[in-house]
Amino acid sequence: MEEYSVIGKRLPRIDAKEKVIGQAKYAADCSLPGMLWCKVARAPYAHARILHVDTSAALKVPGVKAVISGKDFGGYTWGFMATTRDEPPLAVDKVRYLYEGVAAVAAIDEETAEEACELIKVEYEELPGVFDPEEALREGSPVIHDYRPNNVSVEYHWSFGDVEKAFAESYIVREDRFETGKVITGFLEPPASLAYYDPSGSITVWPAKQSPYFHYRHLAACFRLPLSKIRIIQPFIGGGFGGTKNDSVAGDFCVVMLSKKAGKPVKYVYPMEEVLTTCRRRHNMIIYNKMGMTKEGILTAVESRVIGNGGAYTAIGPLTMYLTGCATTMPYRLPHYKYDAWRAFTNNPVSAAMRGHGFTHTRFACDIQMGMLAEELGIDPVEIKMRNAIDNPKRGEEYRTINGISFKTCGLKEALKSVAGERLWADKDRMEKEKGPISYGVGISGTTYQGGARQLGHQSCGAMVRICEDGTVNLITGATDCGQGSDTVLAMIAAEELGARYEDISIKRVDSAYTPVDPGSYGSRVTLLAGQATQLAARDAKKQLMQAAASAWGVAPDEVEIKSGFAYPKSKPDKRISFEKLAKIACYEGSGAVILGRGHSSYGLEEIDFNTGTGNGGTSYSFTAQTVRLGVDMETGKVDVTDFTIAHDGGMPLHPVSVESQNEGGAVQGQSQAMYEQFIMEKGFTHNRTLLDYKMPRSTDVPDIKVIDIITDDPDGPFGAKEASEGSIVSTPPALVDAIHAATGVWFKELPVTPEKIVRALKEKGKWPG
Amino acid sequence: MKQIRLKVNGLSHELEVKPWATLLDTLREDLGLTGTKEGCGQGECGACTVLMDGKPVNACLILAMEAQGKEILTIEGLAQGDELHPVQQAFVDIGGMQCGFCTPGMVLSAKALLDEKPEPTDEEIRKGLEGNFCRCTGYTKIIESVRAAVERMKG
Repeated sequence: MEEYSVIGKRLPRIDAKEKVIGQAKYAADCSLPGMLWCKVARAPYAHARILHVDTSAALKVPGVKAVISGKDFGGYTWGFMATTRDEPPLAVDKVRYLYEGVAAVAAIDEETAEEACELIKVEYEELPGVFDPEEALREGSPVIHDYRPNNVSVEYHWSFGDVEKAFAESYIVREDRFETGKVITGFLEPPASLAYYDPSGSITVWPAKQSPYFHYRHLAACFRLPLSKIRIIQPFIGGGFGGTKNDSVAGDFCVVMLSKKAGKPVKYVYPMEEVLTTCRRRHNMIIYNKMGMTKEGILTAVESRVIGNGGAYTAIGPLTMYLTGCATTMPYRLPHYKYDAWRAFTNNPVSAAMRGHGFTHTRFACDIQMGMLAEELGIDPVEIKMRNAIDNPKRGEEYRTINGISFKTCGLKEALKSVAGERLWADKDRMEKEKGPISYGVGISGTTYQGGARQLGHQSCGAMVRICEDGTVNLITGATDCGQGSDTVLAMIAAEELGARYEDISIKRVDSAYTPVDPGSYGSRVTLLAGQATQLAARDAKKQLMQAAASAWGVAPDEVEIKSGFAYPKSKPDKRISFEKLAKIACYEGSGAVILGRGHSSYGLEEIDFNTGTGNGGTSYSFTAQTVRLGVDMETGKVDVTDFTIAHDGGMPLHPVSVESQNEGGAVQGQSQAMYEQFIMEKGFTHNRTLLDYKMPRSTDVPDIKVIDIITDDPDGPFGAKEASEGSIVSTPPALVDAIHAATGVWFKELPVTPEKIVRALKEKGKWPG
Repeated sequence: MKQIRLKVNGLSHELEVKPWATLLDTLREDLGLTGTKEGCGQGECGACTVLMDGKPVNACLILAMEAQGKEILTIEGLAQGDELHPVQQAFVDIGGMQCGFCTPGMVLSAKALLDEKPEPTDEEIRKGLEGNFCRCTGYTKIIESVRAAVERMKG
């Protein structure tokens, strides 16, 4: 493998210093002179018709500068696809979930805005609601959207091969019901935006968005302005994890509309309670899975019936249900597959994308079911995975799943061997099994996630590399670092490709007036696609530098070598000059040459058919094997997780620190949704609406984590990279539940596995010692 | 409105605040010290951690008036000019952050811990950071950063 000067090094993050000294500015840190504060008035019903909105009393409060309601948006609605744009910024005729926004106020301070919100009088006609997705799909349930009288937001029926025949010929077939939890992204920075609607007809916003160009298009459509008049200046982003910070929320539209009305800048910051009760969350899914195997444990067929709890609007739901279906066909060879999926509208807050989008549900179900079948067949859990795992394709070849997903590298078998050879698994029978009431167990999983997501519509990332006369470099992309470390990785790619020094690369936040349009930071796509764009832009700039050096030295351009901050003619390496000198020669050539490299990712749009389930949603796929060791207190059901070992095939770790950190963070988020986090909902009402009651892990809750890089050097990724941000959130829940099974002898099929559920199950099995 | 005198990062400020104004709002809105973050506003997440007479506190739970006569240290006051505090430098070297939103509070909690216990065990490090949520890193790199800071401070 090639020796790199920058790639693969444990360099400090490019934004580290700003972050440790408190100078990284987030949306809530932005302010402008004369700025007003926005509050959203919210509905007290989960399902109700709006009869009348009276804002007159609110307008009379001293300090209130503008009040708006749903009608002010002129019928604008947004959503993922043209046919599913069913969500208004503020409810107009009907509210469909509790605390949906109905009006908003701009006032001189937050307290005044809040006080005015309480004076907005809305007359409602309360309607019966429906909150359970299976109930919503039953005939006669309350109808949430007139355009979907059966409450079916999305529906797919895919069929590959012949599952009936395959089940009939199988040695063993199991059917189980799995359910994944009601969980939220859990970013610490609440959504916020500062907006100014310039009366001359342009909008400038400073919003907390991990994919700012969605918001850019939403604002242009909502305010009927050309895109050139929408300027998003992006602050630092305090965590994203999909959903809310990809999309727009009520406050995002309201601040712009209020600024337009009041003629002043307006800011909103959602309190955490508003986040936990109204923001987008992961779909809660019910999965009826039927899996068949031969006597030797070879997969014969899967039939999967999935019901997604969609909440009140469609949002990105069509993609969620597509990904949920795709994840079953890999990373194990599957010859026959049937998928029937329904996303149900319910009167709950909106379900959308979250880290591990779609894959977390069905990979959990399939991995656990594979473990159950292994137990029934008397086959070792590692062995059954090895027998079914897809092999790493030979160079120049690719593997294609039954529904047309293709990949050129697959390190699953290597990852499984790696974790199985580690102390945690290899020594598990020699380690302590019981200590007082604690029963220890070790579990394993083998999963996959897609990287370089290609959705519908605009897919390409662009980049520009501008060489300054002193040899420093401005890297300009529309890609967003929402914390994952992509700015660092992109700067490393630019430095490596240019032959410049990492510390000479500068990258700023997105500014839609200057940076190239970028689809966004979702589906683990930034390193792959913005990375490729950066690589090509750097190559273009380098070519221009080589030409300038060639004409100065009187040699052919390909005789010029630029590496590690120096340039020299290949034949005379001793005649080297610094990158700075080279930049000067190039920039001063003629009357001020502009050395500007341009590039864009070339993967483009793959034909994906949501209705038949065929196509290829990613440019490549990561593979993860994970082991977990934990102890279960058999009296109280409390689980203490002590160790994770994660072997992750991310192609090639470009910035190993970030790859490890992403694996570690994803795994802890996965741990949390497997054993702690869940919204306690009752008729659309969220009981746990603070971080005190909605449990997220603290430093004392998390295990020791070892991350092992499985290097497959993917031919399509920049410098061989694949995704690294989401694999471990998919691999952790099944490994953890497998470990709980090892400790208790009970299979849990519903997340999260809380102490209450463990004690109940132990009692049912007569295993509870209490 | 109440007149108060607040000592922040070694400087005294004469301020007029509402009696119910929190230390967090006063730092952010009146003094422009936005390095102190607001996450939950309820004392759970620790993003607003500042040091008051050397002890970590949630600035969202302290009234500005209660902070009178105390020494307040925010993240902006930790580095000495261009020289980062060893804890800050360790977070940079090890990569003890992702999005950075918890970082100011985390760094200050770590500093307070090491001031009290210069050579903490891993258990004590975890305990010392228990009041600060991080959703990005899974805490691993943060704990490593604190261990590295211990080494740095030993010189």
